[in-house]
Amino acid sequence: MKIHVTVISKPTIGASGKTGFWRTFKPVIDYEKCTNCLICWLYCPENSIEIGNGMVIINYEFCKGCGVCANECPFNAIDFVPEGEYNV
Amino acid sequence: MSRVAVLTGNHAVAYAVKLSRVDVIAAYPITPQTTIVEKLNEFIEHGELEAEIVHVESEHSALAACVGAAAAGARTFTATSSQGLLYMHEMVWWAVGTRLPIVMAVVTRAIAPPWNIWSDHNDILDQRDSGWIISMAETNQEALDMTIQAFRIAEDERVLLPVMVGLESFIMSHTATPVEIPDQEMVDAFLPPRNIEKPFILDPNNPISHGSICGPGCYMEFRYLMHNAMRSARKVIYEVEREYEKIFGRHYSGLVENYRLNDAKIAVVTLGSIAGDAKEAIDNLRSEGYSVGVLRIRYIRPLPYDELRENLCTKDLVVVVDRNVSMGSCGVILTEVKSVLYDCPKKPEIKGYIAGLGGRDITYSDFENMVKKAYSEVEEFGKIIVPHEWFGLKNEVRC
Amino acid sequence: MVTIEDLVKGEEIVFPGNAACQGCPATLGLRFLGKALGRNIVLVVPASCSSIIQGPYPKLALKVSVLNIAFAASAATASGIWRAYKRRGVNGVQVVVWAGDGGTFDIGLQALSGAAERNENILYICYDNEAYMNTGIQRSSATPPGAWTTTTITGKKEMKKDLSLMLISQGIPYVATASLAYPFDFVEKLRKASRIKGFKFIHLHAPCPPGWGFPPEKLIEISRLAVLTGMWILYEAEYGHVKLTGPSRHLIDKAKRKPIVEYIRMQKRFRHLKPEDLEKIQKHVDYSWERIKEFLKEADAS
Repeated sequence: MKIHVTVISKPTIGASGKTGFWRTFKPVIDYEKCTNCLICWLYCPENSIEIGNGMVIINYEFCKGCGVCANECPFNAIDFVPEGEYNV
Repeated sequence: MSRVAVLTGNHAVAYAVKLSRVDVIAAYPITPQTTIVEKLNEFIEHGELEAEIVHVESEHSALAACVGAAAAGARTFTATSSQGLLYMHEMVWWAVGTRLPIVMAVVTRAIAPPWNIWSDHNDILDQRDSGWIISMAETNQEALDMTIQAFRIAEDERVLLPVMVGLESFIMSHTATPVEIPDQEMVDAFLPPRNIEKPFILDPNNPISHGSICGPGCYMEFRYLMHNAMRSARKVIYEVEREYEKIFGRHYSGLVENYRLNDAKIAVVTLGSIAGDAKEAIDNLRSEGYSVGVLRIRYIRPLPYDELRENLCTKDLVVVVDRNVSMGSCGVILTEVKSVLYDCPKKPEIKGYIAGLGGRDITYSDFENMVKKAYSEVEEFGKIIVPHEWFGLKNEVRC
Repeated sequence: MVTIEDLVKGEEIVFPGNAACQGCPATLGLRFLGKALGRNIVLVVPASCSSIIQGPYPKLALKVSVLNIAFAASAATASGIWRAYKRRGVNGVQVVVWAGDGGTFDIGLQALSGAAERNENILYICYDNEAYMNTGIQRSSATPPGAWTTTTITGKKEMKKDLSLMLISQGIPYVATASLAYPFDFVEKLRKASRIKGFKFIHLHAPCPPGWGFPPEKLIEISRLAVLTGMWILYEAEYGHVKLTGPSRHLIDKAKRKPIVEYIRMQKRFRHLKPEDLEKIQKHVDYSWERIKEFLKEADAS
């Protein structure tokens, strides 16, 4: 690691690694119920929900499993299940 | 056109800051620094200096504002003394860590309690280990010149460390002497605009952060880089002074000043304006037959290791006069000198005096007496047997 | 009026994979800041959770420039940055302080008040998680009465300092409170503030899952309840002219507020409270509303 003159950091995705490993619970979107209202995307503290083509996609590489999206979804379209039990 | 004016040390520093085209000044008043900032404020309000002045609510904020301003590309300056310098101590260390080329004038003043607005050197020496380049002027002219040079030294890419220029409370800050104020064009030729990209700049188009957490795995390396920069500063100081001499015609001798020391057997080591009294004493002592000279330390940091050895190793007796004390130990300069001279092939006798705290005058007769006392001690015992003592204490206190 | 489409188009300034806890209000707040103001900002971050959330050297988990600074120094440092930009003719970059309650209410208060008095052109955002969270949940003057912290283990005896009212009294151009549960209100306030030249202060309520003792998924629910019970009042004040915003406009009528117990019982930090303690807290809430009403009356009168 080259050290610069002073402690300068540069913008990096995953600065603390693949935080998906932190999860003990995992949010899973039920696309049958999802209306793409974007509330989950709005409230994700981790910026780990991406807006795709007419649908929202959870980025499991970084999703920390906080569950805010599942708790806020007005349509109960997000299940919050133990990590490892539900294989997507 | 350069001109000669009768200026106090503080005003000399203010003119230097004006000539250096400082962009942002942030300062909080404390006696005896006040007239530096008052003069700068006057320059700004009269349109003679285009700069922002931030009338911060504390010294800690003063240096914090300078750090912010320098990180955003400005050339910055602040000034303080004593309690104010101690209050900003956290930021003194922070500034070094940012590697920003901030310049600060320190009008050295005793530390309270008891309240005392007169000169001693404990306040500036308390910053000794921080990583700032630390200098002390002897005359008002030198204070002006050292301040202009400070910006060049600080901003040199081999250095990128903040610089503090010390001048003594009242003896210099409020005493007027003739001072040559250089011509603005000449200063512009000597001191070009700052390279704002070094060491870094806060630019939304190129986002970076400064100062995040870095663990045991990288902290030491950053500290080593600062230490190394300080070592490079030694060379840079000499280069800057030579260039200054070419443009302004005034010669300075680098990290130390040697007065009649070359053929002397006894050396008096000190710093600041009391060196002037020491020089007077040396002239008198020489006419009495003593073989003696003065070594004035101009830059305490970087430590003038080579210069101290070159000038002092061959002496028989070195008398260090400290206008400060490290409580429970001895004077700070004595400690530094002794540690350097330990590496001499043949060690001189070394005597330390603590004198002049809280602005108590050290006259040229005091210097003569200190030298004579040390000399007699060596004559009588073959060596110095009391390594350091306090000079000029009133009898009521002695036990 | 801010819409969801606006926010979709807005900037993401927080990278995923940062060091924040699950359900952290600070990262969400930063996301909203980016949505509101874009990337033409410079952040000053004092010692706080956000110092660490940014990620260790050499990686920065944000897309904007950050100057990390000592705990007490943020408002002064931000003043310096603004003055340098002003001197250099750099226009349109909003200098933003992003500080916790510790660095704002307590150790940073002097610098804050000084910069406010000088009307420096900076936007100071305090994300208030009501304790010194980064050092492990010790009490601050922003800790509410009754709350457990490691240094108030039988519950804080003192009231919560009302810093926003203090700053309104200082007469600065803009003071506002905000909640993560009302992002459009927050974004509008951020945008309004950034259009004002002078000192702006926004006080963001930031419920902290580990510090307050609630599961992270309840972050927005608790933020919402704080407002709906009247414990967190949403308002803005331009030069002291106070206006309630969001649901708080209707909650001036005490009968419309939800009972505070709904908010309190969701947090482990209040678990030790007895019914009489709840009464004391209710009195404190009522008192805060009375104070705001005084400011509203002044506004009506003028």
